Amino acid sequence: MSKPVEEIRIGVYVCHCGTNIAGMVDVKNVADFASRLPGVTVSREYKYMCSDPGQELIRQDIKEHRLNRIVVASCSPLLHEETFRAATAKGGLNPFFFHLVNIREHDSWVHENRQDATAKANALVHAAVERVRSHKALTKKQVPVNPAVLVVGGGIAGIHAALTLANAGKKVYLVEREPTIGGHMAKFDKTFPTLDCAACILTPKMSSVKSHKNITLWSYSEVSRIEGYVGNFEVTVRRQPRYVREDLCVGCMECIDACVFKEAKFPNEFDEGLGKRKPIYVPFPQATPKVAVIDPDRCLNVKTGKCKKSCVASCDRGAIDFTQKPEDRQIKVGAVVVATGFKAFDAKRSPQYGYGVYPNVYTSLEVERLVNASGPTSGEVVLRDGRHPKTVGIIHCVGSREEHTNRWCSRVCCMYSLKLAHLVKEHSGAEVFNFYIDMRTPGKSFEEFYQKLLKEGVHFVRGKVAEVNDWVLDPSEQGKLVIRVEDTLLGTVRRIPVDMVVLGVGLEPHADAQEVRRLFNISCGTEGFFLERHPKLAPVNTFTDGIFLAGCCQGPKDIPDTVAQAGAAAAEALALIDSGHVELEPNTAYIVEEECSGCKSCVPLCPYKAISYVEDKKKAVINEALCKGCGTCVGACPSSSIKQNLFEDEQVFSEIRGVLADV
Amino acid sequence: MAGAMLNLIMENQTSTNGTASGFEPRIVAFFCNWCTYTAADLAGVSRLKYAANVRVVRVMCSGRVDPQFILDAFAKGADGVLIGGCHPGDCHYIEGNYKLLRRVRLLHRMLRDMGIEDDRFRLEWISAAEGEKVKTVINDMVEKVRKLGPLQLPQRFRDGDKELEGEQLKAEAAHV
Amino acid sequence: MSNESEKGYLYFPGCSLKSTGRAYEESLLELFRLLDIPLQELDDWNCCGATSYMGIDEEAAFVLGARNLSIACQTPGRDLMAPCSACYMVLRKTQDYTSKYPQVRREVEAAMKRADLPMPGQVKIRHPLEILYHDVGAERLKNLKKRNWLGGTIACYYGCQAVRPYSDVDDAYNPVKMDELLRAMGVQTIDYCLKTKCCAGVLTGTVPPVGRRVNYILLKEAVRKGAQAVVTICPLCQINLDAYQKEISAESGERFDIPILYLPQVLGWMLGGRKKELAFHRCIAGRRYLNEWLRETKEEEAYV
Repeated sequence: MSKPVEEIRIGVYVCHCGTNIAGMVDVKNVADFASRLPGVTVSREYKYMCSDPGQELIRQDIKEHRLNRIVVASCSPLLHEETFRAATAKGGLNPFFFHLVNIREHDSWVHENRQDATAKANALVHAAVERVRSHKALTKKQVPVNPAVLVVGGGIAGIHAALTLANAGKKVYLVEREPTIGGHMAKFDKTFPTLDCAACILTPKMSSVKSHKNITLWSYSEVSRIEGYVGNFEVTVRRQPRYVREDLCVGCMECIDACVFKEAKFPNEFDEGLGKRKPIYVPFPQATPKVAVIDPDRCLNVKTGKCKKSCVASCDRGAIDFTQKPEDRQIKVGAVVVATGFKAFDAKRSPQYGYGVYPNVYTSLEVERLVNASGPTSGEVVLRDGRHPKTVGIIHCVGSREEHTNRWCSRVCCMYSLKLAHLVKEHSGAEVFNFYIDMRTPGKSFEEFYQKLLKEGVHFVRGKVAEVNDWVLDPSEQGKLVIRVEDTLLGTVRRIPVDMVVLGVGLEPHADAQEVRRLFNISCGTEGFFLERHPKLAPVNTFTDGIFLAGCCQGPKDIPDTVAQAGAAAAEALALIDSGHVELEPNTAYIVEEECSGCKSCVPLCPYKAISYVEDKKKAVINEALCKGCGTCVGACPSSSIKQNLFEDEQVFSEIRGVLADV
Repeated sequence: MAGAMLNLIMENQTSTNGTASGFEPRIVAFFCNWCTYTAADLAGVSRLKYAANVRVVRVMCSGRVDPQFILDAFAKGADGVLIGGCHPGDCHYIEGNYKLLRRVRLLHRMLRDMGIEDDRFRLEWISAAEGEKVKTVINDMVEKVRKLGPLQLPQRFRDGDKELEGEQLKAEAAHV
Repeated sequence: MSNESEKGYLYFPGCSLKSTGRAYEESLLELFRLLDIPLQELDDWNCCGATSYMGIDEEAAFVLGARNLSIACQTPGRDLMAPCSACYMVLRKTQDYTSKYPQVRREVEAAMKRADLPMPGQVKIRHPLEILYHDVGAERLKNLKKRNWLGGTIACYYGCQAVRPYSDVDDAYNPVKMDELLRAMGVQTIDYCLKTKCCAGVLTGTVPPVGRRVNYILLKEAVRKGAQAVVTICPLCQINLDAYQKEISAESGERFDIPILYLPQVLGWMLGGRKKELAFHRCIAGRRYLNEWLRETKEEEAYV
């Protein structure tokens, strides 16, 4: 009782993509070639297949010519597979009777010989025509979406994304590695170009995070594991012991006064090491959560077990708890916003600028703390040797736009260097020099800010600084740092002695960006920042559905852009959650029971434990709900009894046959 | 005018034969959806230029690549087979690429025994960001296979069959 | 001890090490003898192609360099040591250009053909500093140490050619390998910020006032930072700093008399080498200090 054999009627559509494809591939030749292939009923070329009329063409042909298979030769399936599946469905066909051939990214854009490119297009179209014959009707499985969202990173990007989502009524988990949220922005004094106080605009947002009923804030914690898929992620968050109970601590800081270390002697990370702290500390007054934390590498009790533990005695709430252990929390979320931020370039990697050699060479972040009224010097610009600088040189592009460090422009350094020039001049009255390669001020009110600085009498020297050292050429230079630079506007090499050098360090990916990328199953670009799905049209999406990007982990950007992107990421996450469900590619594997020999070789191969062995039948069986569709078991099955929808053996073999046939 | 004609003829000749040497390798590639296929897309978006000899078959994971696909490609006339997967540790499906690697190790040995040179079968880890690597790997492989010359398994199979047939006929004749 | 240093090295002296830089050659051969590393002088070597050639006729310079490399390739399996930084740089540049630029390669090929020599293969060109640092290593030098250095604080002067741009000797901006070796041997070195600056090259000969001004700056900064000797790895650096101290003193009114030594001299001395073999007598400036530091009567102090 075999089914009547269906006559295969294929429609082939070759897209010009304007001249993107037609410029290198002879599209007419491809369409003609396809029209002669067995089973092809209609073969056309068209200017833009993805346009409405292009899609309409497919719909009409399905009706008029009773087509039951569709092949479109255009761009990458990662771009338009869904578009044409929808067009196929509109014509009344099951969308999986369609196959897309990539003759743009994989052909016209990468080849230079028209004949070779056309031959390749023919071969690929041939393969698709062979392949679609064995396509089957499939349906997408719908899975409900968990409405909670995980936000990773509590800088301004993570804070803004978390608040946006929480305000929309979604449950948000905000996970931050440091003891406090706030990120780099919390360290800044003023923000360019408006010179409004960073703390004044950030700290209210930080406290909203803390008090928001929809946000669970876990600081001093890291995501250690993530499983599942879009809409249904299972996440493990590891909470490091801070040895202070968050539920009891009120942030009175009595314990800090009571610590057996009478003097604060350890560099405070928040002050870039310029300020000092004790083993028990609160990073800065507005830290959120305002809960003390004990540094396990410094605390005598944690290190040796021998301490009076005067901190414990001092806390009348009994919040200090040395028995704390790392704790794993399991959560379920539907979407993840990755906002892990950046790392400032390590200025020691450009030894010509003497950072770490000469004490009066500073990084820009250190100077942010120096000019900050709540910083280690209360805003007084005082050098490490106690002097007040009379001349200051600010060097742009340190670790940016350089062949042997980082090639990219870090986007914010010109503007923050201008800001620091203004602030240093304002705080110290010093004469300030800016050394720049190009002045990059493309933002709202940025150029105006530069003009303002010019009028304020800050000096600007156009040229890449060659070196900073203490090489004295005449007695007046004694005790100074000498900046040597080619002034490209004067056309001469200059020696400029200064008291203080500020290095405008660039932005780069975190040292562990690769591990984080693996954790979330996303990609990094060549420079190491996380890769967005499309640089223009999907800038906050990643190649893994349900994982979104915000802020500098995706690339250097300033605060307004970071906030805008965080909003976009939150909106994408909301769109996903509010759709209520996700559709999964029906590319799962299944076992043809009568052919399975019960050898069990597939069982240990599945990373998702989707395959089990049924003892009484002596057969393997695949749980479709757990299968992610990699096909590894299919490739390994010795009796070819496992099949993968959309990638059946017969479909791949016919593709091989097609690409190797003479064209 | 005659010169132009001659040029035209020459051009046609080179196009039908491929290059002047007359051999253009045919290479079948299996690229995983998440890394190498995406990298090849990136190569396209970046307008990198590479040899047009490779035909890509997309699979979700390099772990899907069945040794039969490779043998079948050679049997159907491929001069080389290339597999592209995610770097170790980066597999979208955790470790499909490792599972492929095990098969590839064995298959390499088998192909060697069959007289198929190592350079005809290659596995490369190419991440989504490595468009440049797609270009260098393809160009390098095309050059290496070009040097090895055509594999022509289908033709060799036919010749072998013919020979066998001849032997059989001879044997039958002797028997008679 | 690495494989390379067991096999020994081919040795390309270049013109300087046979003339103004004889102390470099003599001390280097003595040091390698003490280290028991065989050196084989390249047979029938010629000018490396540096200075005038490279400036006036690049093609000729590359051909000269390539001829040396071609000869070196006839003794495969051993790296080629070029102690003079100019030789090192030019030979590296030749290798780099012939591999990168087809035009240069064609020219060199044609010349090699005329000379009936094969095109050079990829012989590894090494600088002694890098051999001492990587193949020999501070650990082995320390184990072989016989004497302490009584010559006080040293400024390590790398010069411009050894560290860039075709080099992998050390970091181009902040080379430290010489400092690290000497510190490992118990020698104090200063933080010498001019360590990769130009020694004035041939300017001391062609435009003496400018050349000597450059020498003056280098010496003054070394002295200001507390150096009692300068150690170099290039014959041109050595001669420029060593030979004109009298004139510089006269012109500047400041007195300069500071020994300018080669790295193998200092290391060789600490490994128990003899004064004469290490060619200390060829030094011009700072003789009285040298005599003091290298006095045999100081034996009990000097020996470890």
